[in-house]
Amino acid sequence: MATLPPGVDSSSFESALTEFRQAIGSEWVFSSDEDVALYRDAYSPTWNEETELVASAAVAPETTEQVQDIVRIANRYGIPLYPISTGKNLGYGGSAPSYSGSMVVDLKRMNRVIEVDDRRNFAVVEPGVSYFDLYRYIQEHDLKVWIDCPDPGWGSPIGNALDHGVGYTFGSYRDHFASNAGMEIVLPDGEVLRTGMGALPGGEWGEYKYGFGPSVDGLFAQANFGIVTKMAFRLMPEPDAHYTGTAIVHRRQDLIALVDHVNYLDDSGLIGMPLWGNRISGFGPMDPELAALVENGGSDAELDAYAARSGRGFWSVQLQFYGPEPTVQANWEYAKQRISSIEGATFEDGPLYTFPMSDEDKANHHHRVAIGVPNMEIFSIGARSERNPSPQDGHLWFSAIIPRSGEAIFKAQEVIGKIWKEEGLPYNAFATPATWTHRCYIMITGLPISRTDKSINERSMRAYNRAIEECGANGMGEYRAPPQFADAIMDAYSYNDNIYRRYAEKLKDATDPNGIIAPGRGGIWPKNIRDREGRA
Amino acid sequence: MRTLISIGLFLLTTFFTTNVNAQTAVERGEQVFDTWCTACHDDTRRTPGTAALAAKYQGALPALLEERTDLTPAIIELWVRNGISIMPFFRKTEINDAQLADLGAYLTRNNGN
Ligand SMILES: Cc1cc2nc3c(=O)[nH]c(=O)nc-3n(C[C@H](O)[C@H](O)[C@H](O)COP(=O)(O)OP(=O)(O)OC[C@H]3O[C@@H](n4cnc5c(N)ncnc54)[C@H](O)[C@@H]3O)c2cc1C
Ligand code: HEC
Repeated sequence: MATLPPGVDSSSFESALTEFRQAIGSEWVFSSDEDVALYRDAYSPTWNEETELVASAAVAPETTEQVQDIVRIANRYGIPLYPISTGKNLGYGGSAPSYSGSMVVDLKRMNRVIEVDDRRNFAVVEPGVSYFDLYRYIQEHDLKVWIDCPDPGWGSPIGNALDHGVGYTFGSYRDHFASNAGMEIVLPDGEVLRTGMGALPGGEWGEYKYGFGPSVDGLFAQANFGIVTKMAFRLMPEPDAHYTGTAIVHRRQDLIALVDHVNYLDDSGLIGMPLWGNRISGFGPMDPELAALVENGGSDAELDAYAARSGRGFWSVQLQFYGPEPTVQANWEYAKQRISSIEGATFEDGPLYTFPMSDEDKANHHHRVAIGVPNMEIFSIGARSERNPSPQDGHLWFSAIIPRSGEAIFKAQEVIGKIWKEEGLPYNAFATPATWTHRCYIMITGLPISRTDKSINERSMRAYNRAIEECGANGMGEYRAPPQFADAIMDAYSYNDNIYRRYAEKLKDATDPNGIIAPGRGGIWPKNIRDREGRA
Repeated sequence: MRTLISIGLFLLTTFFTTNVNAQTAVERGEQVFDTWCTACHDDTRRTPGTAALAAKYQGALPALLEERTDLTPAIIELWVRNGISIMPFFRKTEINDAQLADLGAYLTRNNGN
């Protein structure tokens, strides 16, 4: 399965491996086919195909100095490196490189929680620390801060943030890269850079992220300008209470006004993550009567009449409130008052949770990530169940950013729904956006992957590529994607003759002349590969 | 004071090392299971592995992996290194071969009982 780095012959690859072994210990250089296969993307859409993205080997350093050594050796031999933190980016590429033949730099062993401060509310961690690890550390030290975690708890705050990953609590905490408050990076030439106040010897991490001058941190996320070895994150202090209230509207067009109200509440700092849902169909298989209405292009009036008959409502939004108990209650009352201007809007109060909370109560919380408790429950959505007796082997996430308006949601449902329908894929005509990133709506759908039926993968990839194009033509662009689609997405971000990519590649060529770090990541290719492979 | 601390440390280290050495493969395997598997395979149906196995075996086998008596270390190894359905495989930086063997010992501890 393992494959040589393009342009490197087997004898120089062997010499390189010897040097890597000397630098970090032979136990931590993985080069047998069996070991390297564990770096495949478990949800690869090209599983077992010629084009599957596979590594040449993997190295697992324990310190920043070892990462520097690895980068220097790789430069001498022209071996591309692909850093992963915990390597759980399933649905977006897993632990496989974005360019076959790269050597994976597996940072799992760099797993120290360096500092958690609950007076100034931040944490400093290494890449191999998982959300579970950080959460456990905070509990064991009885610190009064929350983390903001994505659905799967086994990922890494650093790895997740470096793919612009997202979570569930309050405001900008759930935009994980935005919560960055200082980074340490090994650059393509092996030098170490620190950003924010870390650039000042003796400066303190964890609060001010800009330091002085341009803010270059953005270059290290979803791109290929260095290997991040430490990062500080702003944390939210544990609030007294979490309150959830749900607003329901009963006609299709009511979504427009409801989104506007929610934007007001969110942008005023009154709510945490709004959780959108549709009441008309809910999850799971659609009621045949409704399905027929949808199929025949039912009018708003017909759909509204169906919703009225069902008595469930049309759209819902679950609002999260964090803070002192009287405040969360008052904010919910205010939200109800505002949203009541929509004719017929109804509300479901509660539940209310208060903190500190026992482990048992946490385990029973209706949505643990909303209170920063990492878990793995989300994997149920694809796993075998009574409703899903023959599960797929994984999925690809298609995640388009849309403007925060009801009109844009309708448009996205229409554009994506049409492609899915034409490809014979299920799509809920009433799909609602995810709001994991503050001030941003994401229309996300999973596309099935199979390890045995190639045609399923081909169809998913076809739908994905069509969606990039057709969403792009309608002003919707993806925020993140498996590497197979990075080029097409970058192509779509084409303003001024693709200046965005051209500029990034100019920086790439200047800072990484040998094209060592993660070629292709973020749709950015180094000059040597652009020339060799005739890329634009 | 200094001496006291070092004696304390010495005792602690000795205790800790002896304790580790005295641990059986089954005990070590349980720790590996708690670190890597329980989040999907614990004793509530809220966890995806347990829920999936309940649907798969419809009561013919326990939904909870820790209650199974039909697994073998080789089967554990197969699924841990190949994955199954949406459960991905695990790298050696996560679970090394010795830990995998311990996991095998833990999940087969009740076989034949
Ligand atoms: C069912 C399911 C639900 C999911 N839900 C969410 C969710 O709610 N929110 C969310 O954000 N994601 C979600 N994901 C996607 C993904 O699982 C998580 O984002 C996960 O945290 C990413 O994996 P990781 O943290 O191990 O990062 P890694 O896989 O370690 O890193 C991701 C990428 O970042 C880059 N990178 C990593 N470390 C470094 C480094 N040190 N230096 C430079 N570059 C680096 C690499 O390109 C790497 O491939 C979900 C996936 C599934 C399957
Ligand atoms: C992401 C969640 C997840 C994690 C973590 C996970 N599993 Fe699983 N596991 C599953 C699911 C889901 C299935 C059911 C697959 C199916 O439907 O056939 C499964 C099935 C299995 C099976 C097959 C049982 C059978 O009879 O079919 C074994 C063995 C297993 N897991 C072992 C483990 C071990 C050991 C670990 C820890 C190293 C682990 N799993 C971690 C989700 C997970």
